[in-house]
Amino acid sequence: MNLFRSEDHITRWLDGRPPGATLTVVEVNELAHAWWGDRLAPGWRPHTRDENQAILDGLGLTGPFWQLA
Amino acid sequence: MAMDELDLALRNLTYRLFVDLGRAPSADEAAAAAHLAPDAVLSGWRRLADEHAIVMNDTADALLMANPFSAVPTQHRVEVAGRSWFANCAWDAFGICAALDADGVITTSCPCCGDELAVEVRDRRPRDQELLFHCLVPASHWWDNIVFT
Repeated sequence: MNLFRSEDHITRWLDGRPPGATLTVVEVNELAHAWWGDRLAPGWRPHTRDENQAILDGLGLTGPFWQLA
Repeated sequence: MAMDELDLALRNLTYRLFVDLGRAPSADEAAAAAHLAPDAVLSGWRRLADEHAIVMNDTADALLMANPFSAVPTQHRVEVAGRSWFANCAWDAFGICAALDADGVITTSCPCCGDELAVEVRDRRPRDQELLFHCLVPASHWWDNIVFT
């Protein structure tokens, strides 16, 4: 899971491998807040798979690639 | 199996030490802080790893990840208020700013060309919005090999 300078750089790095999913840096930042934002909270509890799936779904990360199970 | 309260307390202590130290605590350091024997800490960490709450190293005697923090140096570094931590990946780098709820600077490199990329996060938003993030592994396989993911 890396940052790239551009779509061309992703394509060159893949070197023919099937691509995964590309997000804007704004989108991955939003995902990070939703996923990790409570990680240091004193009352932290493990996320269930359904809760994590709801985070992905809520950010529009739907489709087979983003299905946790 | 659900995480019990003692393991949850150990997990929270481990994260607090990670933040305070700027690196992963050793089992001895966590044991001293938790008033436990080092073996009890390692046993607790292994149970937490089974629950994907942390990740141990290959020999299960030290932390590898307390996601989004990395116990080992990586290409993804996050600086916040003069302090810094390594992240496991670019997503986790943003996750460190999110977990700390702080402005910061993420430094990483483009895997294609090796150029250094720096992104400032201010008020919960990245300043440079031109960069792209790529996730190679589908979500259902993230934990097949979390280090590769």
